[in-house]
Amino acid sequence: MNSTRLYEKYLLIHLKSMMQHKVSFLLTTIGQFLVSFNIFLGVRFMMDRFKEVKGFSYGEVLLCFSITLMAFTIAETIFRSLDTFETIIGNGEFDRILLRPRGSLFLVLCSKIELTRIGRLLQAVVMLIYGIYSSSIIWTPVRIMTVVLMIIGGVAVFAAIFLIFASICFFTLEGLEFMNIFTDGAREYGKYPIGIYGKTLLTICTYLVPFALFQYYPFLYLTGKTSDSWYSLLPLAACLFLIPAGLLWNFGLSRYQSTGS
Amino acid sequence: MKKYWSFFRIRFIHGLQYRAAALSGMVTQFVWGTMEILLFRAFYESAPQSFPMEFQALSTYIWLQQAFLALYMTWFWESELFHSITTGNVAYELCRPVRLYHMWFVRGLAVRLSKAVLRCMPILVFAWLLPAPYGLTLPGSFHTWFFTLLSMTLGLLFVVAFGMVVYISVFYTISSQGIKLIVTSLSEFLSGAIIPLPFLPDGIREFVNFLPFASAQNVPFRIFGGDLKGHDMYTSLLGQVFWLAVFLVIGQIMERNALKRVVIQGG
Amino acid sequence: MIQVEHMNKTFKVTRRSAGFSEAVKALFHREVELIHALNDISFTIGDGEMVGYIGPNGAGKSSTIKILSGILTPDNGTCMINGRIPWKERKEHVKDIGVVFGQRSQLWWDVPILDSFELLRDIYEIPTHQYQETLDELTGLLSLGELLRTPARQLSLGQRMRCEIAASLLHRPKILFLDEPTIGLDAVSKLAVRDFIRKQNKEHKTTVLLTTHDMQDIDALADRVLLIGRGRLLLDGTLSDLKSHRPKEEATLDEIIAALYRDYRI
Repeated sequence: MNSTRLYEKYLLIHLKSMMQHKVSFLLTTIGQFLVSFNIFLGVRFMMDRFKEVKGFSYGEVLLCFSITLMAFTIAETIFRSLDTFETIIGNGEFDRILLRPRGSLFLVLCSKIELTRIGRLLQAVVMLIYGIYSSSIIWTPVRIMTVVLMIIGGVAVFAAIFLIFASICFFTLEGLEFMNIFTDGAREYGKYPIGIYGKTLLTICTYLVPFALFQYYPFLYLTGKTSDSWYSLLPLAACLFLIPAGLLWNFGLSRYQSTGS
Repeated sequence: MKKYWSFFRIRFIHGLQYRAAALSGMVTQFVWGTMEILLFRAFYESAPQSFPMEFQALSTYIWLQQAFLALYMTWFWESELFHSITTGNVAYELCRPVRLYHMWFVRGLAVRLSKAVLRCMPILVFAWLLPAPYGLTLPGSFHTWFFTLLSMTLGLLFVVAFGMVVYISVFYTISSQGIKLIVTSLSEFLSGAIIPLPFLPDGIREFVNFLPFASAQNVPFRIFGGDLKGHDMYTSLLGQVFWLAVFLVIGQIMERNALKRVVIQGG
Repeated sequence: MIQVEHMNKTFKVTRRSAGFSEAVKALFHREVELIHALNDISFTIGDGEMVGYIGPNGAGKSSTIKILSGILTPDNGTCMINGRIPWKERKEHVKDIGVVFGQRSQLWWDVPILDSFELLRDIYEIPTHQYQETLDELTGLLSLGELLRTPARQLSLGQRMRCEIAASLLHRPKILFLDEPTIGLDAVSKLAVRDFIRKQNKEHKTTVLLTTHDMQDIDALADRVLLIGRGRLLLDGTLSDLKSHRPKEEATLDEIIAALYRDYRI
């Protein structure tokens, strides 16, 4: 049975499992929505007071926020198991995964498919619509494609970060908190175009962890602040970040197999 | 009294063991603090006249918030405690010759303090070394120091007392999920952890200042930074005392009632 | 066939001590200890054999099972199972083995057992016809009947264990590793499980490697016993060889084992 169909089967079983705990599902969905709604409120109140930040209007900021949120939420739904990988290793589930005749990374992804993120996804969609409506962007097919590419690039970058986190779990289960900088931090500070934080950060986010390649430069093109249309292709370069992440995973896996849990 | 000190010691030592976690947490908080300041700088540069407090006072607030995160974060719950209620293990605790409320209260204090102790000094030092107005400045007057420490203590006690009310409410509702979520989101926002309360729009800000959550970190950190002083400061301190008393009383009443009608749920 | 020769495995563990000053010291310096889990282990198990693998806790049993399943790589030594090196050809190797952990479940918690089984069928790519045959056989032998439609969380430990064992055999592995399969089970379930394993071994010639602390399991099932202590293989013989170590005439198997532990100082 090929991997896509197997993934579908897993999806169904997750859904079935979720239906058993409808109340829990509902509460978790609401909870997650509340968390990102809080972030939205932060943006709302700040923009209310300041009207604009570094040349970006409220509508533009919302657009940027919604794109980042959407990319993050999609990544979280699919790759959530990597974010909680320390549990999978800790309780022996990963050993069980190694006993199956399938790729271990694939099975790890199948083990958790978070359908509760739908609350956030809806919020992102609403903000996207509102952002489109209230920003004064002139929409062309190229610009629409830019938005799509931004989201794809975002999913790839977040997936790579989750993968790096999971790979680190192969080496140690302690002191992993700092990775939150990249995951929660990205969601938290990605609500504004990251150029506003200053030159140093922009450089880090261009060359080290390519946030800027999917969230900032294409956004400059989108809002008309630059007319370099090739900026809209940068998210594809961001996808390359998956390569070092994948290599780290392989390295971590072989180390795990030689040192045990 | 001795037994409570023992509980405290055990929890404190337990918290100290995780040095990699502490290091990691510190790095995270440096970054968080830096990002927050960069963010506010961006806004300040866009429209300095709309800034409701001195930038230096804001930086101080943010760094104090990061350094003492473990003390005031309301999104930190000890799942062990929730678990022991839902699974019925709390019965073991109830068999001991100590009062549940006091035991858990002391525990809450110990856990928060041990986490904070490990992390606060490096962050405070780092922040103090940063150039003004991005770093931490130390107030000149003994007056400010004294009231900050007083306020911090009140704030910590309040957070623990508030937590107690949430933990004990699980005796009534069995499932902790719903309460946890709502409380976490609300309190996070209302205590000034998302954006410092002075930045909220006018009507909302006054309202929020009345609520108990504003008595946690919001007061001490603003006192220290010089944003809250004089008459306003004394009023806020009284507010802290008031809400602390309220939640202590509510918590203890709830505990007494809950234990009367303890329902042990399956094992 | 399982062939293990001169296998070694060492782990590093950090030590933590009690007390306040120790905790503060530990902030700056951690002490590391080397644990020799496996020390020059060699044995051969033929097809269709039923072998008991015993030893005190921490002796190296789980490490052996992990290496034989391909999860762990040994420091040195060779291991061949049915012509393959387990950790080198993991995916191919695991198709031929089944593993049951007494203390950890592989079944989904809140969906019917049958759903878990069907997912396993898809993971192992078992042809439908063969799956149905195997399922019917296992259902009959283990009396799984109504259990199939029940979620795992609603089953008793005995019922769950029967389902676990069935789950491990759906893909008709040639080798079965059992890690404490009867732990926590009531007498009736224990007998049912032992009975089933015996039948499985007899009819399908499944090789069985059983680790357990329950000596009744050994008595009922094992033709041969391997005793491991502090990483070394101390005894490799038949059940009667084991029993010849009795400290007194009417000794129970537990007493024999305890005497052995004493004699070997493990």
